[in-house]
Amino acid sequence: MDYIKKTRYITFNYLFIFPAVAIFSLFYIYPFIKVIHLSLSQWDGIAFKPSAFVGLLNFKNILFNDTANWWASMGQAGYITLWALTFQNILALLLALACDRAIKAGAIYRFIFFIPPILSEVVVGLVWWWIYDGNWGLLNQWLTSAGFAHLAHNWLSPSLEEGSRLMVRMLPLTCIAIVHCWKGFGWAFIILLAGLQNIPRNLYEAAKVDGADAWEVFWRITFPIMMPVMILVVILTILGAMQGFVLILAMTNGGPYYYTEVPVTRILDSMRNGHFGFACAQSLIFGMILLILSFSQFKLSRKMQKA
Amino acid sequence: MTKSKFQILNLKFVICYLFVICPLLFIVPGCAKAQENAKPVKRIVLWHWLADREEALKTLTRKYKDLTGVEVKCQLYAPSDAYAQKIMAAGQAKALPDIYGFLGEKRIFAAFIKAGHIADLTLYMGYNNGSWKKKLFEKALKVNEFLPENEYGVAPGIYGVPIDVMNIQMLYNKKLLKQAGLDPNNPPRNWHDFIAALEKLKQANIKGFVSGWGETWLIDCFAHNYAFNIMGEQKVIDTIKGKVPYNDPDWVSVFKLFDQLARKQLLVSGIATMGNKTAEQLFANEKCAFAFNGSWCVNVYKGMNPNLDYGVMLPPQASSKYPMVIWGGAGLSFMVNGRSKNKEEAIAFLRWLTERDQQVFLAQETMNLPSNRESLANIPAILTQFADDMNNITHPNLLPVQESPRALEALTKGIQAIIIGVKTPEQAAEDVQKVKVRMLKQEAASKQ
Amino acid sequence: MKKFNIYIVKRFTISSIIHAFLITVSAACIFPLLWMVGTALKTQQTVFSDLSLFPKHLHWENFYIAWIQGKFWLYFLNSVLYTTVVVTAIVFISSLAAYAFSRLKFPGRNFFFYMFLAAMMIPLPGSFVALFVVLKKWHLTEGLILPRLGYIIALINVGLSLSVYIFKTFFDQIPDDLEDAARVDGCSRLGIWWHMAMPIAKPAIAVVVIFNALNVWNEYILAMLILQENSLMPLQRGLMVFQGAHMTQYPLLMSGITLSVIPIMLVYIFVQKYIIKEITAKTAKVYNG
Repeated sequence: MDYIKKTRYITFNYLFIFPAVAIFSLFYIYPFIKVIHLSLSQWDGIAFKPSAFVGLLNFKNILFNDTANWWASMGQAGYITLWALTFQNILALLLALACDRAIKAGAIYRFIFFIPPILSEVVVGLVWWWIYDGNWGLLNQWLTSAGFAHLAHNWLSPSLEEGSRLMVRMLPLTCIAIVHCWKGFGWAFIILLAGLQNIPRNLYEAAKVDGADAWEVFWRITFPIMMPVMILVVILTILGAMQGFVLILAMTNGGPYYYTEVPVTRILDSMRNGHFGFACAQSLIFGMILLILSFSQFKLSRKMQKA
Repeated sequence: MTKSKFQILNLKFVICYLFVICPLLFIVPGCAKAQENAKPVKRIVLWHWLADREEALKTLTRKYKDLTGVEVKCQLYAPSDAYAQKIMAAGQAKALPDIYGFLGEKRIFAAFIKAGHIADLTLYMGYNNGSWKKKLFEKALKVNEFLPENEYGVAPGIYGVPIDVMNIQMLYNKKLLKQAGLDPNNPPRNWHDFIAALEKLKQANIKGFVSGWGETWLIDCFAHNYAFNIMGEQKVIDTIKGKVPYNDPDWVSVFKLFDQLARKQLLVSGIATMGNKTAEQLFANEKCAFAFNGSWCVNVYKGMNPNLDYGVMLPPQASSKYPMVIWGGAGLSFMVNGRSKNKEEAIAFLRWLTERDQQVFLAQETMNLPSNRESLANIPAILTQFADDMNNITHPNLLPVQESPRALEALTKGIQAIIIGVKTPEQAAEDVQKVKVRMLKQEAASKQ
Repeated sequence: MKKFNIYIVKRFTISSIIHAFLITVSAACIFPLLWMVGTALKTQQTVFSDLSLFPKHLHWENFYIAWIQGKFWLYFLNSVLYTTVVVTAIVFISSLAAYAFSRLKFPGRNFFFYMFLAAMMIPLPGSFVALFVVLKKWHLTEGLILPRLGYIIALINVGLSLSVYIFKTFFDQIPDDLEDAARVDGCSRLGIWWHMAMPIAKPAIAVVVIFNALNVWNEYILAMLILQENSLMPLQRGLMVFQGAHMTQYPLLMSGITLSVIPIMLVYIFVQKYIIKEITAKTAKVYNG
């Protein structure tokens, strides 16, 4: 009797996850298997069957024979992610801490900070292009009127005459990273704020009574309790920043030269040029790298939580 | 108390569960219930991506329905990237419509034909001693045509109907030229005069030249125009075939043209990442004197600045050895689905669409060049300037061979690098040649 | 007395710095919104030639034209339908699954959860072709009703992984004694989920709602692939009408975007007060004693 009851009990548990797993299998697992199959072949995207089965040739080409500028684009996406992890998330954390107190205008601020995520990429691309434009852009206008005319640059495609090679290489990407941070900090802000709200107030009061200053309060109370939420934000930031591409297509189209290409633009390129199997291999490698990154975050956080 | 909670809860749960599970269960009987589209009225479906022609097309389809009773349903899918994806997915699922506009290079075109997605229209074009064929611009038709013994292995024939034509040329702002002291009716005809004019404009504090060179196909176009001008068509074809390297002095002189423009600072800044739409609005708002753009710009400029006083000219010649060619050909071409059940009606509609009256209507509504030669008399004046140069056009799709996308990418990106100054023309040529060699090796390996 | 003054000054300075910081960031956020509305009120000729934020003559009729031309209202209603259905479905499906992953025991629990997690991390740009072929085979792309269904389920899938992860993070934080208390009260597993876990996870629900609402609202690639009839399209399709291949009608486009941004803002305003909650009596009891 006990055995039947236990089986029924466990089967009922499965019902909880059934709808999710069912939808997931059809819309993710099945295409995933297809993508794996395609990554092992050569396909132009049009014929009804792949033209050749080439095994691991696509993967070999990506790892050892980089003709499609893959690893450079990966590094560039990583650069944007670094900006997002530092600048964006620290900004969001500071804002969340500031809004955590019961400020009068709190509700208004919470609304305003979420405007960038709501705006579509079209608007964001247009506005920031107007700000960054080298001829009549707002940024250069403000710098000139503030007396810093020598700082006015051609932000999105500087030429070697304007500065060093390093600047020409990194300035467009940095500008895009800033736009990405601007657009993304609203999300980090709202999630961090939700996490902060979960910390019971009496802990703070107890700390005040004990005479702790702001730093100690942050490191001893806020930080440990916020750990899971922070990990969530870090993982989401990494995933969002590495996979972002619409902004880049809207502002620089991967240029100038290959300086603002990211993995997804490279994958779309391969698809468009009839190397669909190659594109699938690129997607899988990209996914594996993201997987490793995120899981290592996970394990790291578990270790830190135990400590 | 708790028992009733249970009951209510279970009911709620069941309802919620049904709400999300039942849709899934619908799928199974849904398969069996698949209905055939047996409509009594003949209905053709047409897909395209050009939002600015939607209204004009809709008006014409209504007229056609009144005339013949056949209903043509126009579906717009924009922007062009998303449209290309839709065509790809629909092709795989064999769900393409009766008529659709085609976006892509000849290689993709050939693959579609081989997959049976595009019907062969040669017979229909040939009826009545080729009356349909003769009405259309030859070059526009050639873009949709495969010649015998083409390198794609496609049966020779005409596979698409051009609805309008376009070409890409140089435009100049007459008012700004006058301001700088240049003759607005006598724009520069060769490269030397062009540079001189740009320098004069620079002295008058007017920006010189703009084009959407963030979009690599425009760089491709400009570079190849000058390549044809400097070394002639045969040598370009030989380069694509691999017989001539990209670091040949003639190619380096093509790259040097870009270098000259960039080093003398005669270009609008930010040109290496500028989209074509941005370039268009800069020229329309009289922010610069010269632009490199296609005949579709007439509609754009009219919308942004109807008083713009501008002229059209061929790109200034860099060499007098060979003629200057411009890119042109069919703007929008419609293909008929090879698997369509309404092929005859579809072809009849396309034939009607290319007749003189409809072409004149389209030209006036959308400011694009008609594909029907007989409609040239009634088009707006500025378009005539574009039409006049239709004899100088060529197009990658017209060449017997096509460059591989990777090599083209290396070429266009290399030119962007020249513009921002990180590579010299020689270095860029070396880079392109390296990629080309690799591509040739791969092609040779795959042919074995 | 001196100490008292310094203390007040210190508090005042800190407060002003914080407020200045907040205001600067706010200005950076509001500026594009103002630019968008300003552009919506200009004409196509003055969009780029008039560099002021707001034009002298406000062309309010652009909003009217955007609404009527190309049936924007129809796409708008479609989007409202899709968003409501998809968000409700995701909240239920993912919270049920996350609850099971967090609180219930069954073999393969971790495997399935990591599967969802991995899906979040492995993007598949090439999957749209396989997806469309499958949907076409199951006839979910023809007619007027089934494509809606296919589209809705495809969108549910898009948001599933992240929602499951967010819910699980929150459910993991619920202390065990709360759950035991509910079980003692006689709740079944479902009862615990509905009566105890969900009310506590209101912030998580809020985040999931706003995240998925935004995704569905702005989505259009899947719509373009799966939906064949204009009457089924969401509003991003309506905006596409203003974005031609060569010419974009900027004032109309910006009007359309402004109109499309308003409902999402309302959803956000409604939802964010659940994120910022007062500590309720129930949880305060738990944490205090």
